Formats: sequence, C-alpha cells, structure tokens
Amino acid sequence: MSILINKDTKVICQGFTGSQGTLHSEQALAYGTQLVGGVTPGKGGTTHLGLPVFDTVADAVAQTGATASVIYVPASFCKDSILEALNAGIELIVCITEGIPTLDMLVVKARLELSGARMIGPNCPGVITPGECKIGIMPGDIHLPGKVGIVSRSGTLTYEAVKQTTDRGFGQSSCVGIGGDPIPGSHFIDILEQFEQDPATEAIVMVGEIGGNAEEEAAAYIKANVTKPVVGYIAGVTAPPGKRMGHAGAIIAGGKGTADDKFAALQDAGVRTVRSLAEIGDALAEVTGWS
Amino acid sequence: MNLHEYQAKSLFASYGLPVSEGYAVDTADEAVAAAQKIGGDRWVVKVQVHAGGRGKAGGVKLADSLDEIRAFADQWIGKNLVTIQTDENGQPVSKIYVESCTDIDRELYLSAVIDRGSRRIVFMASTEGGVEIEQVAEETPEKILRATIDPFVGAQPYQGRDLAFKLGLEGAQIRQFSNLFMGLSKLFEETDCSLLEINPLVVTTDGNIHCLDAKINIDGNALYRQPAIAEMNDPSQEDEREAQAAEFSLNYVALEGNIGCMVNGAGLAMGTMDLVKLHGGNPANFLDVGGGATKEAVAEAFKIILSDSAVKAVLINIFGGIVSCATIAEGIIGAVQEVGVEVPVVVRFEGNNSELGRKTLADSGLNIIPGESLVDAVEKAVAAAGGQA
Repeated sequence: MSILINKDTKVICQGFTGSQGTLHSEQALAYGTQLVGGVTPGKGGTTHLGLPVFDTVADAVAQTGATASVIYVPASFCKDSILEALNAGIELIVCITEGIPTLDMLVVKARLELSGARMIGPNCPGVITPGECKIGIMPGDIHLPGKVGIVSRSGTLTYEAVKQTTDRGFGQSSCVGIGGDPIPGSHFIDILEQFEQDPATEAIVMVGEIGGNAEEEAAAYIKANVTKPVVGYIAGVTAPPGKRMGHAGAIIAGGKGTADDKFAALQDAGVRTVRSLAEIGDALAEVTGWS
Repeated sequence: MNLHEYQAKSLFASYGLPVSEGYAVDTADEAVAAAQKIGGDRWVVKVQVHAGGRGKAGGVKLADSLDEIRAFADQWIGKNLVTIQTDENGQPVSKIYVESCTDIDRELYLSAVIDRGSRRIVFMASTEGGVEIEQVAEETPEKILRATIDPFVGAQPYQGRDLAFKLGLEGAQIRQFSNLFMGLSKLFEETDCSLLEINPLVVTTDGNIHCLDAKINIDGNALYRQPAIAEMNDPSQEDEREAQAAEFSLNYVALEGNIGCMVNGAGLAMGTMDLVKLHGGNPANFLDVGGGATKEAVAEAFKIILSDSAVKAVLINIFGGIVSCATIAEGIIGAVQEVGVEVPVVVRFEGNNSELGRKTLADSGLNIIPGESLVDAVEKAVAAAGGQA
C-alpha cells in the first residue's frame, strides 16, 4: 500500500512536449510510472516519447483513463492548466512549477475545495511511491520501497530525509513534497491523514520550515488524530525576520511563523523533533525501535 | 517587491482614492518648487525609503516655510535614514515626498493582506490608527475588524459599509469608506498586491476620509504581468549583493556570520545554515542556487559570497536532484580559477552524479576540502573559519 499513487496509477503530463516535460517524462517512464500520454494544445494526434499527445486534458482522460496529471507548464499558464485538469475530472494534480502568482492560487485553491480533487504543489518536487510510481522531479534512485511516509515543504530537504531512511534500510511508503508556496494545494494535515490511514506507513517524517502556521495546525492534528510515531524537523532557525528565504512562503512576518514556535508546537503534540537535519534517521530508529 | 509611499499614492490616485496632492523630488530646489505648486503655508515632507518608523527617526516633518522644506531636503537627500526597521546603516534617501498638509480629526487603520490560513484576501480595519497594528492585535484583538473577500465574487460594497459602521463613521463618510474599500480591493487584485496598508487612514477636520499614508507590497511572482509596476522597483533600497544575486535568479540573503553558504534548494539552504549554527559556526548568508543551477550561476554565486569580506570559509552543500553534481563541480572549478578564492572551500556532494563531481574536484588540483557527509562538511567548514564562534 501507499498513498495517492501506486503501480496502477495512470498519469498524463501537461506541458508534455516542452523541455521540462520531456526530461522528467523520460525519467518517469524509466522508473516504471504508468505514464499514458500527454497534453500539448495544437499537437493532438502526434506522438511523443512513444506516447499519444492530446489537445486537451478532457481528450486525454477520455482516451487513456488517466486519473492523475503532472504539470510542467510555465507559471503564467498554470492556473489555466490546473483548472483544465480539474474540469476534466483528474483526481490528483501534481504541479511542479515554481512562481505562480498568489492571487492565481487563491482561485485555484477555492475551486479545489469545491471539487474534491487533490492537488500537490505548486513549487514542489512531486510525489513518489518507491518502486511503483514517480510523479515529479525527484531522483528515483535514492528511494527504497519501505515503511516511512515523508511529507515536506522543501524538495532537497525531502531528499535528505529519503537518503537517511534508505541508508538505514527503512525505506519509504510514499514521499510527498507539498511545496514552498504560501498557498499550497495540499497542506500537511491532508497528507498526514492519508499516512495515518495507510497500512504500509509505520512512521512519518514531517519536514517544515519557517512561515505561515501550517506546522502548528499539523501539530494540533497530530495530537488529536495520529497514532503513528512522527519525527519532525523545521528549517530556518537562523533565518532573520522579514526576509523571504528563497521559497515564496518562507518568511517570518510580524514575529509569526518562527522555527522555534513550530518546534514547540510539534513537541507539545508528542512529535520527536530534531534540531539537526542529519539526525532524522537516528530519531526514527529511536521512536520506532527499528535497528 | 516593495513600493515607495509616493509610488503607492500615485497608484491610489489612479484608482480615484483620496490622497493628498504631492510630488516626489530629487533636489532641494525641486522640493521648494513642489511646495509652491501645491500652495498654502503648511506642508508635510517625508523621506522615501523602504522602511517603517520614519517619523520617529526624523524622516517626516511638518514644514511651515519654504526654508524649512529646503533645510529638510538638504539634510536628507543623499543620506541614509536609520529607523527601528532598518539595519545600523539605514536606507539611502534619494527622494523626498512633499505633500499638502491635512488637518486630522480621527486616525483609523485599514489594510488588506493574503491570509494564508483562510486562503483569502482579508481586509483589516481598526479605530486604533497611527500606531503599531501588531501591538493592537496583541493587546486588544477585539479592536481589529475583518472582512474576508470571496475569491469568486470579489469584494462587495456591503462589506465596506459594515466596516464603516463598525468604525463609527457616519453620514457621507459611509459611502466614502465603502468606495475606498471597493477601490482598494480592485487595486489589490489588478496589481497583484500581497499587502496594502493605510496607517493612518484619517477623518479630516472637515469630515472626509483621507489616506494619509500608503504602503504596498507586490507579489514578486506576478511581476511578469505587471510591467508598469516592475518598472517602479528601486534596487537602491535592497542589499547590493541581494540585488546582484536576483539578476542571476539566485536567492541570496546576507547574514552576520563568517561561513559563506552555497546550497541547492531553499529548504536545504536554511537547514544548512541551521546546522552551521548548531555546530558552533555562524552562517554569512543564505544562498539557494536553485534546482537548475548552471556553471555560470555557480560562478556568480561564488563571486557574491566572496564579495562579503567577513567570509572566512565557504561551505557548498549540493543534493543533486535535477542538477548534476558534476555540473556544479565544473562551476566551482571555473569560479575558483576566475575569481581566485583565498579562503578554504568545503564541498559536500550527494545525489545525482555525486561521485563524478567529487572526482572532478579531486582531480582539479585545487585546494578544495571534501566533506564525507553533511555533518562532516559542516564541521570542517566551522573549523576552517576559525573554529567555534
């Protein structure tokens, strides 16, 4: 088992024939992802990477039965692409693109809430269920099928957590990068809920960072609902207030959203926190008794 | 991106919102001419910097004569203003804003932000204008009024009226406030604001609603569709290295320490800084070279890090996802040869092509210290910078 995606998930790619879409589609196919086609308006009827290209997402869904879509189109077109995917009945939208205007995401997020579809990202590495399905830009070879669920706001910090769980042989059930934007499609809570229900996930790693209060909300959720052991790490203890640290959402504003506040909330919820990102694997071993 | 007050007020004026007549000027002569054009015998002069707390720092003055305006301009133009929100060097003053004087009866507060929690644009209003709104929110949260904007239908006049009544406005002020509310909402959406603040919003002695101050932040992600606003960017208000980094799509934030950091990914860059601190060192900067780092970007990142004379060691931490460590290695070698790096450089490679990257560095003959692991690299960098701070 896993969350969100597995070996049977049929995936299409929006922005399929572009350079990013091509590069990462090739890697997804090599990983074994059931990529069944792509969408590039105006190139419908052609083939790319040996797969059919469609003019619209609706066509792609009708012809392939895809339930998931990964979006690699430029930021200025993402709102349109996401809404098109929603309208075509896609159940899981993974948007990798960074730099979507926040006002676009306000509308997208409101539509998502009405639709019942799930979106991961934007500004994220994507989702992977190791050994089964890779949707996104993460390097596949650092992963190992296993029992840790990983959810993170940062791409490369996810990779660090993955490496530590792979090196110790724990492996990952699924890894979800929810992205570094202030208005993400999915929040920690959405993913924690799925990990709690997934029988293959025996422990959870949650990687947060400064800005907003998603980690505090997640802490309250964990306290009330999560029975599995959780290891938490927050990046940005040394970040100065008022400065945006790379990610659009990583900013301490008006004294709110500090790493210390988030660590405290997680500790209060019974999460095993680590101050060093190098200690995620050790902490997992400690809370689970795994060796 | 932040706008100056004079830029924000010109946007307000273009939306028909009530602001004073005013002019932004570069010289004392222009300041006097602006005051004469405005007329009257009382003016307000304000330095234009991207920082709050200008009034307390002496950057705002009520002037009763043209001589006072000239003296104020001579005092500030070309100087730096230090406020509680700036660093010890302050922000450079290249323009001052001269505007007509407004007689105030009451001071109110009005702002709009993107609220991450509710995923909506939220307006906040208060009868407690002219003071730190964070303090009001902390001490008397009941005095902050809110209106949440529906993303599908936008702001509605009834929401403006509701705020106006609760603020104790009356008569014609209700319509004035509601119009202001609707205009600000339009401005917010049409110019991709991330924050819009009027503090204070005043009721004048003749009973009219008037925007005495104006602060606007624009969503940097939306500048591609806001060319006129992108033109308003004033790089002099940013840290010089941050502005330079931005030109190469690098995210750089200057800090106080002595270990220069170059990392791929914003989260890992923060995590690396935290790790440096945890191991007794002090990071000199945040620098994210991005997911698709090129050789050129790495070279530029090196130059920016080394332009900070406080840097005593450089720590490079790359977890290759999209980016190949071999590409980064070539960038490092190129930069070291071009720039002539005199401080120790510690490199940790993991992920995509990390072995080739390590070998490329080792074969280069350059004095680059390999980090065997993340912690090993951090410890070596801290030691190389002179040990624990």
